[in-house]
Amino acid sequence: MNLLDFVLFAPAAAFVIALLIPRNNPGLSRMFTLGASLVIFLASLLLIGGVSAAPREFRFVTDFQWIQSPNIRYHIGLDGLSLWLVVLTTMLTPIAALISWTYIDQRVKEFYAFLLLLEFGVIGVFVSLDLFLFFVFWEVSLVPMYFLVGIWGHERRIYAAVKFFLYTMVGSMMMLASMIWLYGKAGSFDYGIILDGLRTGKIALTSTEQLLLFLGFFLAFAIKVPLFPLHTWLPDAHVEAPTAGSVMLASVMLKMGTYGLVRYNLPLFPQASRDSAPWIVSLAIIGIIYGALVAMVQPNMKKLVAYSSVSHLGFVVLGIFSFTQQGLDGAVYQMLNHGVSTGALFILVGYLYERRHSLEISSYGGVATLAPWLSTVFLLTTFASIGLPTLNNFVGEFLVLQGAAKANFSWAVFAAIGVILSACYMLWMYQRAFLGRAGESLAHHMHDLSPREWAAILPLVALMIWMGVYSQSFLPPVSAQNAQILEQTKRNVDFRVSNHAIQELGNVR
Amino acid sequence: MNLWLIPTLPLIGAAVNGLFGRRMPRMAINAVAVLSVVASFLLALNVFNNLGDQPIVERYFTWIASGALTIPVEFAVDRLTMVMLLIVTGIGSLIHVYAVGYMAHEGGYYRFFSYLNLFMFFMLVLVLANNYLLLFVGWEGVGLCSYLLIGFYFLENWATSAGNKAFIVNRIGDFGFMLAMLLMFNQFGSLDIPVVLEGAKALPVEHSAGMLTAIGLLLLVGAAGKSAQIPLYVWLPDAMAGPTPVSALIHAATMVTAGVYVVARSSAIFTHAPIAMDTVAIIGLATAVMAALIGVLQNDIKKVFAYSTVSQLGYMFLALGVGAFSAGIYHVMTHAFFKALLFLGAGSVIHALEGEQDIRNMGGLRSKIPITFVTLMAAGLAIAGFPYTSGYFSKDEILLAAHHHSPWMFWVGVFTAGLTAFYVFRCLLLTFFGEYRGHAHHPPHESPPVMWIPLAILAVLSLGGGFIAIPHYLEPVLGHAGQAHDPTLVIIATSAGLIGIAIAAWMYLIAPGVPDAIARTFKGLYNFVYNKFYVDEAYNAAVIQPVIEGSRIFLWRGVDAGLIDGIVNGVGKRSRGLGGILRLAQSGNIRNYAAWVVMGSILVIVFLGFSGGAK
Repeated sequence: MNLLDFVLFAPAAAFVIALLIPRNNPGLSRMFTLGASLVIFLASLLLIGGVSAAPREFRFVTDFQWIQSPNIRYHIGLDGLSLWLVVLTTMLTPIAALISWTYIDQRVKEFYAFLLLLEFGVIGVFVSLDLFLFFVFWEVSLVPMYFLVGIWGHERRIYAAVKFFLYTMVGSMMMLASMIWLYGKAGSFDYGIILDGLRTGKIALTSTEQLLLFLGFFLAFAIKVPLFPLHTWLPDAHVEAPTAGSVMLASVMLKMGTYGLVRYNLPLFPQASRDSAPWIVSLAIIGIIYGALVAMVQPNMKKLVAYSSVSHLGFVVLGIFSFTQQGLDGAVYQMLNHGVSTGALFILVGYLYERRHSLEISSYGGVATLAPWLSTVFLLTTFASIGLPTLNNFVGEFLVLQGAAKANFSWAVFAAIGVILSACYMLWMYQRAFLGRAGESLAHHMHDLSPREWAAILPLVALMIWMGVYSQSFLPPVSAQNAQILEQTKRNVDFRVSNHAIQELGNVR
Repeated sequence: MNLWLIPTLPLIGAAVNGLFGRRMPRMAINAVAVLSVVASFLLALNVFNNLGDQPIVERYFTWIASGALTIPVEFAVDRLTMVMLLIVTGIGSLIHVYAVGYMAHEGGYYRFFSYLNLFMFFMLVLVLANNYLLLFVGWEGVGLCSYLLIGFYFLENWATSAGNKAFIVNRIGDFGFMLAMLLMFNQFGSLDIPVVLEGAKALPVEHSAGMLTAIGLLLLVGAAGKSAQIPLYVWLPDAMAGPTPVSALIHAATMVTAGVYVVARSSAIFTHAPIAMDTVAIIGLATAVMAALIGVLQNDIKKVFAYSTVSQLGYMFLALGVGAFSAGIYHVMTHAFFKALLFLGAGSVIHALEGEQDIRNMGGLRSKIPITFVTLMAAGLAIAGFPYTSGYFSKDEILLAAHHHSPWMFWVGVFTAGLTAFYVFRCLLLTFFGEYRGHAHHPPHESPPVMWIPLAILAVLSLGGGFIAIPHYLEPVLGHAGQAHDPTLVIIATSAGLIGIAIAAWMYLIAPGVPDAIARTFKGLYNFVYNKFYVDEAYNAAVIQPVIEGSRIFLWRGVDAGLIDGIVNGVGKRSRGLGGILRLAQSGNIRNYAAWVVMGSILVIVFLGFSGGAK
């Protein structure tokens, strides 16, 4: 058992222990979850050194037979692509525990147990190197989120939870079908074996086959991202979810989709990926602009942030399907950035909700006078979110735009419109909620950040600045692994298309 | 040389005041804020003394690296940057000192100085950056500080709305700047300014025309946003919602000249893109005339000077567009002197009258606040181009270059110069001469020394600053730009200013009924200009409302809630809770959904098939 096994299974063990904590001792549930998730976080930090040393290879690998027939392996490992996503997950779990401290006062034990189960599922998704294992974790992560929304959510929580579940299930089914088809061809679910088989030509797919399999995976991931027009579960899920649910959903669960695109769609189905890139990019760009425009007219803060996520994630998809180094690097960086800054936004909206018990922007106004630090942190997060240089999102957005511009300049032109619009919706919201004169009733409810709230938000604020000013702490392993993936998308094509076509691709880009 | 210290000191000042200012005594806040900027100024002077023919370049660390793209944090000082450094830190220091007096009675004192120092940091990064992306950091950063300071009185809706407007309009400009950078990297494989400029020079003509024109025009979009040129000037007049020292520092002397700086910095691109150059000149000229016309009818003292700033920035763009880059920078400097002085003087007037900004409620103040009066008159003479004041030299350089390029531009420029002299003196005469028409509770009082000493220094610079021969100093960077000295043209240009002053004196001192009579006679035209050509209203009706309403009604209610969710809910209509899903599955309706998904997938495939594996 290596360190990665520990980081993966510690949340599962903690989940079981959390279930054993007596129901009448919610304080213990809180303390235990916080403590356990902090230990897991610290352990995950130790992974960084090992992966950074050789980001193109899978490190901390454990590989053994799980089920004899069908041939399913327990195969996990970590590379430059998954490293930071795992660390992001382990970092956000203790933060989610902290922000739920007083927010959750019903069924506390179950809530924290589900939080740990969610961490287990999400980490599993990021480290699995066997397709079936990946699928299992994909589904495992779905269950706790379903309950987080369905039990601790707001008024329309059942509708939102079911919608979330249904949407995701449809995608999952298509993905499972594709996986089984691939298994039929390869005789294995193992990622490495399949990839190798495709490369050497042992596994031959017709172009129709490849496209259908691509679409099967793609649909599951596109729903999760979510890509326009498959996004309508997201605003509902966010609005209804408790703060911690929104944070985990936005910050890590959406990345399962974009991660899947990079990890599976690109290397496994390179030809189909490149063929469908213009269509997917079109949807991504529509999502960028559409998400921003709809965010602009939302009266509800969480919905606004949810639609802004649709816009931001459009950038990620655009970067991925630009098939350029900068685009891919930007996309992965943007996954992390979005996790940090949108996570922070949801936390801050949650802080407001705990004070005033409303998510409507019009219920606020003048918060800046009453809670200056809360407002300052919110403003900083706002500017991070709209991509101000020296803060994190700018680096990712710029790289994505540069990658897109290399692939097709008009893509960059349209995508950059989203950058203008993001300033509109975020600043208008900030003006309406925080500036101006505070009403009497608001003054009664509003107070500034407590030490516990500071503890939850400060790491994210620090990261926004760190990731924006010194991206070299994070980007090199990502970049190295992306270079390899980009290589794979070229390499795997060559036994199906002529060399001429590849050269052409190279020239155009 | 430790160039990094120059911006970092104000950054430290901003951090100290921002984090701890609320618990610090005023004297400590002042000391941190003012001394950090003054120290920057002294460091800049030190650089000036050590600057040889070669630029000083310092590299600190890699900011972003991805594939072939490497963006270092790298500062460089050549003569162009040197001029900007001295303007920014010098004027910045004076305005910081002034603000200590001006803001003495305001709330949020520490916050104000924290923002102001932060602005200095970003502005200095902007002028020191040796690659476009780092320049863009400063560029966006000053926009942030502008937003914060315009909205400084954040309890008031007019202030916060003006802040939003400034940031969003600038974002439209930044869109152009960003696209220009993307093209640069595509073309030259680097964003280092020297590499890009060398590349632009070396580019064969058949490639250069289209590409450099595109880059130039996109840079112009960015510059038009930051430097308030048509069609993006609308944010600057509203920006006067900020405290007056902010208007002087950010919205007159420094930040708004960033666009001029960027175009001058990129002169190698523009000189190889004649279409872009001409566009710069025409936009500049049109902005100069239009803003001057609006300025004639404004009654708010700060608004007059705001439109004047827009107009003078237009002058600078005219200079750039006709190829007189060094004249543009020359005017950046002299304008920084006299416009900062006009604003600070206006602030002194407003201070004296307890917040009154309407010149119709002023009058007769020359004996009550004599120092302000004298210094403001000096600034007025300079902007009107009175012989041997600073404005006289820089404006003549521009007009001569315009004449050299195309004579009609000279004549329009001369007309604008006359208008400028007229509206500035209209404003000054209404403020200082005649009878006092206001109703302040206390008699007007002169400002304290902490405020008038900066005024006095700026007055000296406004009058004598023209003798600092900037074009000559900049020759190694921007080339020789001097036109043959044509006395006739100089006399024409100068007399336009003098005539403007004379008409103002006649209309507002000798025959005070004339302005009203003119307004009555040309009522329609008067209202059209008085309402600033209804540009804000047109933007609102043509762009903002359609976008917002379209998003609300069509996209959100129509597409999102109506179409997409209509389909989704139609499919899952009968599902209420988990049991509902199961019931749904048993009833067989899930097949409908699956069929729908499959059909969608098939559609995509067919589509792709038809497009022949579209790339």
